[in-house]
Amino acid sequence: MAMMAMKIRNSASRRTTTTMASRQISSGLRSMSSWWKNVEPAPKDPILGVTEAFLADPSPDKVNVGVGAYRDDNGKPVVLECVREAERRIAGASFMEYLPMGGSVEMVEETLKLAYGKNSEFIKDKRIAAVQSLSGTGACRLFADFQKRFRPDSQIYIPVPTWSNHHNIWRDAQVPQKTYHYYHPETKGLDFSGLMDDVKNAPEGSFFLLHACAHNPTGVDPTEEQWREISQLFKAKKHFAFFDMAYQGFASGDPRKDAKSIRIFLEDGHHIGISQSYAKNMGLYGQRVGCLSVLCEDEKQAVTVKSQLQQLARPMYSNPPLHGAQIVSIILGDPQLKNQWLQEVKIMADRIIGMRTTLRESLEKLGSPLSWEHVTKQIGMFCYSGLTPEQVDRLTSEYHIYMTRNGRISMAGVTTGNVEYLANAIHEVTKSS
Amino acid sequence: MESVFSNVVRAPEDPILGVTVAYNNDPSPAKLNLGVGAYRTEEGKPLVLDVVRRAEQQLVNDPSRVKEYIPIAGLADFNKLSAKLILGADSPAIQESRVATIQCLSGTGSLRVGAEFLKKHYHQSVIFIPKPTWGNHPKVFNLAGLSVEYYRYYDPATRGLDFHGLLEDLGAAPSGAIVLLHACAHNPTGVDPTSEQWEQIRQLVRSKSLLPFFDSAYQGFASGSLDTDAHSVRTFVADGGECLIAQSYAKNMGLYGERVGALSIVCKSADVASKVESQVKLVVRPMYSSPPIHGASIVATILKSSDMYNDWTIELKGMADRIISMRQQLFEALQAKGTPGDWSHIIKQIGMFTFTGLNKEQVAFMTKEYHIYMTSDGRISMAGLSSKTVPHLVEAIHAAVTRVA
Repeated sequence: MAMMAMKIRNSASRRTTTTMASRQISSGLRSMSSWWKNVEPAPKDPILGVTEAFLADPSPDKVNVGVGAYRDDNGKPVVLECVREAERRIAGASFMEYLPMGGSVEMVEETLKLAYGKNSEFIKDKRIAAVQSLSGTGACRLFADFQKRFRPDSQIYIPVPTWSNHHNIWRDAQVPQKTYHYYHPETKGLDFSGLMDDVKNAPEGSFFLLHACAHNPTGVDPTEEQWREISQLFKAKKHFAFFDMAYQGFASGDPRKDAKSIRIFLEDGHHIGISQSYAKNMGLYGQRVGCLSVLCEDEKQAVTVKSQLQQLARPMYSNPPLHGAQIVSIILGDPQLKNQWLQEVKIMADRIIGMRTTLRESLEKLGSPLSWEHVTKQIGMFCYSGLTPEQVDRLTSEYHIYMTRNGRISMAGVTTGNVEYLANAIHEVTKSS
Repeated sequence: MESVFSNVVRAPEDPILGVTVAYNNDPSPAKLNLGVGAYRTEEGKPLVLDVVRRAEQQLVNDPSRVKEYIPIAGLADFNKLSAKLILGADSPAIQESRVATIQCLSGTGSLRVGAEFLKKHYHQSVIFIPKPTWGNHPKVFNLAGLSVEYYRYYDPATRGLDFHGLLEDLGAAPSGAIVLLHACAHNPTGVDPTSEQWEQIRQLVRSKSLLPFFDSAYQGFASGSLDTDAHSVRTFVADGGECLIAQSYAKNMGLYGERVGALSIVCKSADVASKVESQVKLVVRPMYSSPPIHGASIVATILKSSDMYNDWTIELKGMADRIISMRQQLFEALQAKGTPGDWSHIIKQIGMFTFTGLNKEQVAFMTKEYHIYMTSDGRISMAGLSSKTVPHLVEAIHAAVTRVA
């Protein structure tokens, strides 16, 4: 009886002690400082910050040529008709189960045909290790992680300049970076001899990042002959070529033409890697759909490499998102929809090419002392204008024209409605150059 | 030309997915897949919630919808609504803007992004995870650069919680260590602490300045109540301390393949939360730039409409109730059969999985003789059971327990 009483007393006092302790802990917690007080605010993303500033500007004349997304001639974003139709077919019709780690097999198969060719022997021989990826970023990151894991002593050679996120990707994958010459500011074209020198001087078996077409941010691509020479030199040096192809179809309007660089390397026997994205050419930006592929020696190695790519995807996101992959599969798997897509891609590419011509002609008509030949020579979404950061700042503060400070103009943001205004403003800030 | 990757060796099959592969290859009409970690109806079919279909239609019929990149941190309203869902609408942490919420790729993506953030900005790089835990947890943390330690969790003798072991192991953890906690419906065991035990865990965690990282993959799916299943998380947040939370909509909204989830970091102040969010974005950008729009749009559509939200809670309860009833049926059938052993853990455990306590040999026997597929640790997915298939499973368990050591 006494024991019982003591037990009850003890447990009661334990409860009281517990309550007091928890109150102490709570008040102690409130006065304790954060674990994160040393966290610095991160710098704004250089590209996305432009759009933020644009949105905040009340001026009715404002122009956004920073945006890396396609706009129609009314400056509006576009959802392709073939995409709308694919979505109508999907809604209400399918389950939402997990895809395999490597993603949608159907979508990957169709995607490889685009890059390697519909009748590619490599596809027939099952020599390509391929997985669905989170658009181009995700493909590059998976490859960088794979490179780190299986070629830990390797580095990546990155062109100057390049899409800024390329540096972040290989850095976070902990793969050391080197650069190679690419853009020639004097000619606003390709520094071909600089590029070839760097390729030659790199140690044998180096890894290189190449933009397959429509180089971002310069719009400067090697010619076909130059690609052939690059490929030959890569062969002699036994370098690995990793292609980032984010604009297939979007550059020239013809997907086959835009994949020429890749086809040249394949013909020459290289075992390449490719990152493909449907963000721009199918307008699927926010769906995050893409594909990473690595050409291997044989089917067995392709199976092996794919299994390892999956091992990298599993602890990152387990399996890739379904919806965008379904859209791609439906479009590319239906001949009618695929044709519609090809037409719509050509319309987008043609509009941009048209705007390049108009912008150049407008500047020449204004009597600009500078050459604007590069506006029509460069290809793809972006024009590397040659404007200095100070000139860009003037364009923004005086004319409410928004672009990244490296002078990169997104031609997708240029319309018949604003091209004269843009030309005039550029002329004003450059005429005394 | 020789490949630069000729040194690469084949990775092992995923242990969980391998079960479904074997199941698919089995020609027997009596086969039963209890490895599947996805909900199935009584008819054994996958399920898309009605409310999800409605949201889908709404999105497809809206011509103003575009597919542009969403912000790096994801859809703003999705983030706000997700934080409210897990923390409660009246949470002071939300009202004080102390929560940084970032849309991520389901639970896996939220865990990985959170872990990478911790590796970069937190002073401790060791994370304690329960033994056992979801097979992908250690891989996620290792790849993020954290080192993984285990704390005792499951007691095979009681098929319940090894509470004493848990307290000891967390009590011995270095100050500031990160602790992974399953918010509810522990995977794979289905064993959850009681609310009294949670309170003790909370006090221990706070007294040692351990940093809690909640994995909430089954909110609403475990008990049928969204609030009940969020209780553990909310008591931690109520004490004013900091924590990380990984949320998944894979199971509770049936959005598995759309990869929808959110990482929330509850901070001491709004200023800190804002800086933290900016740094998490730097983790996301080189990983995949921005998250996928579709699944999050569905979730936001549902959560912001009070009608759809209500309909969702009803369908969610329906799924949870079916699973609870499967537990009851299985338990009662084993009792009725007189199968040796104490099977009460089947109704004590919670969530999609039951840790049966069957050993590897018994599992292999059940697969070979009865065409029942489960992971070799004896974990069965209650979601894969139906009233029609319970008898078959009971036969198999009975045989395994009486004939195989």
